[in-house]
Amino acid sequence: MANSDSTTGSRADEGVSAICAKYDNRPDALIEILIDLQAERGCIADADIAPLADTLNLSRAEIHGVRSFYSDFSSAPKGRVSVKLCRAEACKSVGGDALAKAVEKRLSVQLGHTSPSGDVSLEEVYCLGNCALAPAALVGDRLLGRATADKIANAIGKSKT
Amino acid sequence: MTHPTIIWVPCDSAARSVGADAVAETLAVEAAERGVSLEIRRNGSRGLFWLEPLIEVDIAGQRIGYGPVDVSDIPALFEAGFLTGKPHDRHVGPVEEIDFLARQTRITFRRCGLISPLDTNDYESHGGWAGLKRAAILPPATIVEEVTRSGLRGRGGAGFPAGIKWKTVLGEQRTPKYICCNADEGDSGSYADRMLMEGDPFTLIEGMAIAGLATGAEHGFIYLRSEYPDAIATMNTAIARARTAGYLGPDILGSGKAFDITLRRGAGAYICGEESAMLDSLEGKRGEVRAKPPIPAFSGLFGQPTVVNNVLTLATVPMILSEDPGPEGYAALGEGRSAGTQPFQLAGNVRRGGLVEAPFGLTLRQLVEDFGGGSLTGRPLRAVQAGGPLGAYIPVSQFDTPMTYEALAEIGAMLGHGGLTLFDDNVDMAEMAQFAFEFCAEESCGKCTPCRVGAVRGAETMAKIRSGDSVEDNLVLIEDLAEVMVDGSLCAMGGLTPMPVRSAIAHFPEDFSADGGKN
Ligand SMILES: Cc1cc2nc3c(=O)[nH]c(=O)nc-3n(C[C@H](O)[C@H](O)[C@H](O)COP(=O)(O)O)c2cc1C
Ligand code: SF4
Ligand code: FES
Repeated sequence: MANSDSTTGSRADEGVSAICAKYDNRPDALIEILIDLQAERGCIADADIAPLADTLNLSRAEIHGVRSFYSDFSSAPKGRVSVKLCRAEACKSVGGDALAKAVEKRLSVQLGHTSPSGDVSLEEVYCLGNCALAPAALVGDRLLGRATADKIANAIGKSKT
Repeated sequence: MTHPTIIWVPCDSAARSVGADAVAETLAVEAAERGVSLEIRRNGSRGLFWLEPLIEVDIAGQRIGYGPVDVSDIPALFEAGFLTGKPHDRHVGPVEEIDFLARQTRITFRRCGLISPLDTNDYESHGGWAGLKRAAILPPATIVEEVTRSGLRGRGGAGFPAGIKWKTVLGEQRTPKYICCNADEGDSGSYADRMLMEGDPFTLIEGMAIAGLATGAEHGFIYLRSEYPDAIATMNTAIARARTAGYLGPDILGSGKAFDITLRRGAGAYICGEESAMLDSLEGKRGEVRAKPPIPAFSGLFGQPTVVNNVLTLATVPMILSEDPGPEGYAALGEGRSAGTQPFQLAGNVRRGGLVEAPFGLTLRQLVEDFGGGSLTGRPLRAVQAGGPLGAYIPVSQFDTPMTYEALAEIGAMLGHGGLTLFDDNVDMAEMAQFAFEFCAEESCGKCTPCRVGAVRGAETMAKIRSGDSVEDNLVLIEDLAEVMVDGSLCAMGGLTPMPVRSAIAHFPEDFSADGGKN
């Protein structure tokens, strides 16, 4: 917005403005906006909070609070490929815990962490809606059923190319 | 020129999770190499997941199934003559006659797996839009009355009568009003919402539009969890197509009434399935539970009158408003106040995992044994968790319980969203009890102390019990904590976490003894 140049010029961020504009700068679309930002940049950095607050007419504390509430959002960059491993009951009933250990070993990443190279982040989630073909994992946008460490490693390979 | 043979290959994400896309591609390549003319169509899943990828060859209008098909089976399938329905190891016969499917009563899921999910004409030729067409010429009160008469109760977990909720919103004078579809489906062991949104999305759109006409709401939101990228994509396309075809927009089917839908994604928070937390999330806020009253029907989204219903509740409405089965036909199914059909979902350690839509009242044993075929591992079953992470663990001795809201409540269990997770005799129930607390600690919105603190203390205490540390004292402490959580929690997250814990202790005390049940 033209009149905000003088006060917020230093914070202006074209990427943030473009995403917000997609949602008509509606504050109630904040979750959608953060999802897009997270997808585009791999995180919602501290530096993004001020331009978001200005554009959406929200306080920085509100945006901060929302970022920290939802597990899909992170302030530090996540890996280029996200691996979400289901840790819920149906997956546990068919060896989900053993799979989790095997995957940690295979990828050399601990659950909840990102590999040092920044290639892969391994996250715990609770149910992927594939409970009849458990254990399940989501690699990027690709759902895996009857998942094994091999299948997961393969899917990571594919989503990198 | 002869017509190409039609082959259906599911595009459902669970089917894709075990290779359906590769099967579709390989079928096309093989057919081209053999000079065979094929038309590959993508359907939703029938919900027979142990057979996925399940492909269906259309032979003179009858669909002959082969599954589970691996890419490596495909040359042999051609050689065996699968295009004319010939035998092969993977041959499962006419799909509609497979016992698992033939014994169901599919109403909500009648089209799922049958049609091309995003084809409005296919939808219409299978009975779609009939309910909306009727609703467009009925007075709102009549629509509400029909939904009430059908006995339809909320399928999201609480089982509140849908018609009564709608009536309250219809009676509110303030506008705008909203229809919010709860597609957060966070309960482990359930996947029916996902299957429906991927396999028959127009049913949900139609149900929401009817809800709009019935209550005077002109706008709807679908709150869809981020863990379901395929469902998000399918629903977005379906909404756009329904709009183009005039089923959504400023004047629905000439009724002079407007209704449109916006899809909003979740961002990985189980508590956002709780309706008031979902509403806050839809407003762009942290998903914190609101104190009740007021209920959403009076003060929901942006403080306005709002209907909140689960995907399955809304997706059943078109059939209630149509003639097949209509409100009376629907109410005639089921048992007592558990009217109609319930989509049960068999999950976890199960031989034949999948969706079973059947009238309320069949027993848990029928579901897990007759339909499910017992455990996947072949070992004896030990427990079934019904109704997701907040639901009870039911022991084999209670498998003859009829599946109704009332009978389950009597044994201290609940139906929830209809997910049934099977466990064989390798399960450690103390570990599952600890997990119940850990899950609550992880997913609690943090607003009230009994839940926030109780869950953490519960998990710590259960860990001590598992290591054999002052087992009896600690079990007393667990019971105290459970009582505080049940009595003092603002919502069912904290209030129901004791259900899996207490049922595990009550039915499997041997797993909580000083030796940890190890002998
Ligand atoms: C912790 C918690 C999680 C819930 N998760 C869901 C959910 O994922 N989907 C859903 O439809 N209802 C869920 N509910 C129930 C909703 O609060 C609400 O009752 C329901 O959406 C109303 O729709 P219905 O009457 O059609 O079932 C949850 C409730 C609680 C307490
Ligand atoms: S019971 Fe738990 S989830 Fe529910 S309001 Fe209290 S803290 Fe939040
Ligand atoms: S419990 Fe793992 S996919 Fe549902």
